[in-house]
Amino acid sequence: MKFAVVVFPGSNCDHDAHYAATHVLGQQAEYVWHKDTSLGNADVVILPGGFAHGDYLRTGAIARFSPVMAEVRRFADAGGPVLGICNGFQVLLEAGLLPGAMLRNRSVRFQCEHVLIKTEQTDTPFTLACRPGQVLRIPIAHGEGNYYAEPDVVARLEKNRQVVFRYTNAEGVQTEGANPNGSVGNIAGLCNERRNVVGLMPHPERACELALGSSDGLVLFDSVVRAVTQGAFAAAR
Amino acid sequence: MTIAPDVLERHGLKADEYQRIVDALKREPTLTELGIFSVMWSEHCSYKSSRVHLRTLPTTGPRVLQGPGENAGAVDIGDGLAAVFKIESHNHPSFIEPYQGAATGVGGIIRDIFTMGARPIALLNSLRFGPLDDPLVRRTFAGVVAGIAGYGNSIGIPTVGGEVGFDESYTGNPLVNVFCLGIANAVDIIKGVASGAGNAVYYVGAKTGRDGIHGATMASAEFDEKSAEKRPAVQVGDPFMEKLLLEACLEVMKTDALIGIQDMGAAGLTCSTSEMGSRGGAGVEIDVSLVPQRESGMTPYEIMLSESQERMLMVVKCGREAEVEQVFEKWDLHAVRVGEVTTDGKLRVKNRGEVVAEIPNGALTDEAPVYRRPMAEPVYIKEVQQLSLASLGTPAAPAEIFRRLLASPTIASKRWVYRQYDHMVRTNTLVMPGMGAGVVRVKGTNRALAMSVDCNSRFVYLDPFAGAQLAVAEAARNVACAGGVPIGATNCLNFGNPERPEIMWQFAKAVEGMGAACRALDIPITGGNVSLYNETDGRAVLPTPVLGVVGLIDEADKVVRRAFQGAGDVVIMLGETREELGGSEYLKVMHGLIRGVPPVLDLAREAALHRVLIDGASTGVIRSAQDCSEGGFAATLAECCIGTGLGVDVEMPGAACATPGLGDIATLFSESASRVVVSVAAGREADLLALAARQGVPARRIGIVGGARIRVSIDRRRVLDEPLSEAEHTWTTAIERFFESARAIA
Repeated sequence: MKFAVVVFPGSNCDHDAHYAATHVLGQQAEYVWHKDTSLGNADVVILPGGFAHGDYLRTGAIARFSPVMAEVRRFADAGGPVLGICNGFQVLLEAGLLPGAMLRNRSVRFQCEHVLIKTEQTDTPFTLACRPGQVLRIPIAHGEGNYYAEPDVVARLEKNRQVVFRYTNAEGVQTEGANPNGSVGNIAGLCNERRNVVGLMPHPERACELALGSSDGLVLFDSVVRAVTQGAFAAAR
Repeated sequence: MTIAPDVLERHGLKADEYQRIVDALKREPTLTELGIFSVMWSEHCSYKSSRVHLRTLPTTGPRVLQGPGENAGAVDIGDGLAAVFKIESHNHPSFIEPYQGAATGVGGIIRDIFTMGARPIALLNSLRFGPLDDPLVRRTFAGVVAGIAGYGNSIGIPTVGGEVGFDESYTGNPLVNVFCLGIANAVDIIKGVASGAGNAVYYVGAKTGRDGIHGATMASAEFDEKSAEKRPAVQVGDPFMEKLLLEACLEVMKTDALIGIQDMGAAGLTCSTSEMGSRGGAGVEIDVSLVPQRESGMTPYEIMLSESQERMLMVVKCGREAEVEQVFEKWDLHAVRVGEVTTDGKLRVKNRGEVVAEIPNGALTDEAPVYRRPMAEPVYIKEVQQLSLASLGTPAAPAEIFRRLLASPTIASKRWVYRQYDHMVRTNTLVMPGMGAGVVRVKGTNRALAMSVDCNSRFVYLDPFAGAQLAVAEAARNVACAGGVPIGATNCLNFGNPERPEIMWQFAKAVEGMGAACRALDIPITGGNVSLYNETDGRAVLPTPVLGVVGLIDEADKVVRRAFQGAGDVVIMLGETREELGGSEYLKVMHGLIRGVPPVLDLAREAALHRVLIDGASTGVIRSAQDCSEGGFAATLAECCIGTGLGVDVEMPGAACATPGLGDIATLFSESASRVVVSVAAGREADLLALAARQGVPARRIGIVGGARIRVSIDRRRVLDEPLSEAEHTWTTAIERFFESARAIA
């Protein structure tokens, strides 16, 4: 199967996502330039981390105008699995593919560190290989990861079981101390109503090998390989 | 026209230097030419005070692919790859405008690396500030860290290590030294040369503005109360632009269409045109009216001297221009043909066709003034080397000293700092910051590179020769602790005003010591940077010659980390502890003193120690290793435990001590060189002891990893028995507490 890794001019985790897909998982992956209007024949689309267009304005605010985004939207509308990591998540929010917005971290500083997140939903293409409630140790690296949505939106997300990942302690309990950035409801990752588009602030591609400190992120990639192989989330190309 | 004395002074030129300009041109210079000379002959660009000393450093070796003189040095790391690296200072701008000063420092060194055709994969930094209880220092410190983070994070190069030190002398003159390392195919290394008459000279990247004019001259003067007025000389960084430039340059380099390329750092267009021409034995002619400009009405003088960031100069092979332009267009960058290579060896600057400057390249580069400045041993040296430990009274209890040292910002965890740096991007980071040397793997190979930047400036202050040697030893030791063979180094020499004979003496002695140590440890210095005039109101910083060492680890999975690995492992001390408290953190923290003589360093024994560490790592015998530096053995022991949940119980022989009643203090807190605390699996201790014996390195089993306390006995008396959790809390939160308490007061 084939991953498409979208490259915005300021993407800087594109190589890492590509490496995880190819070297760690042994799958095919191709970079797709943001000015391109085709995703090739990809089975999965990854919007990687970085600073898409410098992000001096609002993270991801300009990226939604990149030509490739129309194609990403079409792919998502057709049910194809899309994963937004960090800046990619921010781009999905700005593009309206996921609800809500990002504020600056509560600390008003950039934070890079390992955090714990609990997998709350296992019926998305990126979590179906997870145990329900599985706690993953995955790094974050962001200055604007403080997720916010209006209370009615958050209520709808909860009701529809769209909160996929939440910052918790090692026991999977949602605590204030486990919340690194002030996100409402400790939300670390979301999916859309159709459940094929997932965005999260932590970087699973940085946690695919024990040598780097954790391999807990691998399960997201294993999940989508299984999902595509089973035809569960095949996009109409 | 004749140049008035006040114009000369504003350009930082002396009367005799002006005469040399007239001699070189065989006429009076134009104002544009005067500006060009002033930046090229500034200390920052010409190394006029330091050059005669730098020539004595060892710069060659079988692995050296590129020594000093290019944008960065390069060493062979096998598999056809080269590690390209350099360290640079951005001290003066960082004091005037901490965020932008530090950010553009990062931007500058990154450009130096990718200019060589290497993809940057790691950053380190060496920082010095005044004491953190000063609110102005906290502002500078926070601004510098945020600036480094803002630039490095955005461009996506991990900051994997470094060091931060604090001393009163840096209050008005912080040091911001940034190291960058990249990987290139050895055969694809590209240089900053202009050659081939008629080849096009291209300007690429950001537009030129009025920012940074005379930045190089500013960095070559002392600070005084008027320094804040120099703020316009600090440039503003745009990491996104640099990211575009990085990707576009690496892409264009793959096409083989370039003759040479150089970034526009200090002295901007002036430096890149004259240096590229000089290296290639050619001339360069440009028309400044073609240069993309951010502001209207800029004069040739301003365009030539602007230090606007994120710009490069390239020489493109004739007939390949379209290919090059296409790549830059993809990245939405300016790539403008501004001139061409000539045969006359001159830098010729035109403005809409009219010549406004014409200078032989040699006059700006190789023939720039070189000074053998007078030197004299400072009077303070003999005085501060006197240290009577007995006169300091009865020492405090070891437990109290231990706690205060762990809370000292120089020793304490720098988590507050490195948490703001993306240290994991590019998924190569095998050893995280704050754990000794930073280690990154080299994808596509089995190898990894360990890197460390170090300098204990107190030692250099007390004895520049010995102190610089100790800096080399410490940096190399840190790399060896990770299992890396030191294969190359880069230096950043931060000193005061070289026109003062005592500063020049410090400088010369330090360079001598650095050279001697590098020769003894077989580590070539492939480039670096000199930062002089680090003074405010006539007070110089502690002399701070920082050395960055790169070490090669053949098998990345054999990398050794600082932290203890498991309960029951055996702790072994390599090296000998002596009564060496001169210049120690103990004296500074407990008595407010920087006195005495630095620890004795036996370079042959240091080299032998490195062999033990490297062999012990590659054979898998050593499970953890951490060297003893500031805070001595006790601080090292704590650092080995912290983060592991594992305590330790050790029994040390008392250090021989001439001062009555100070034996325990010396054993715990002496900063004797060439010492490392290692751990091995139970049953492997004999292997390590035998290895050490073969190399003639003193080694002794001192205890066992385990429990929840840090316990030290000396000659069977328990002298330290601290809960690990408390030591860990003290050490981990020391720096952030300065910010929290400040917030509470506000």
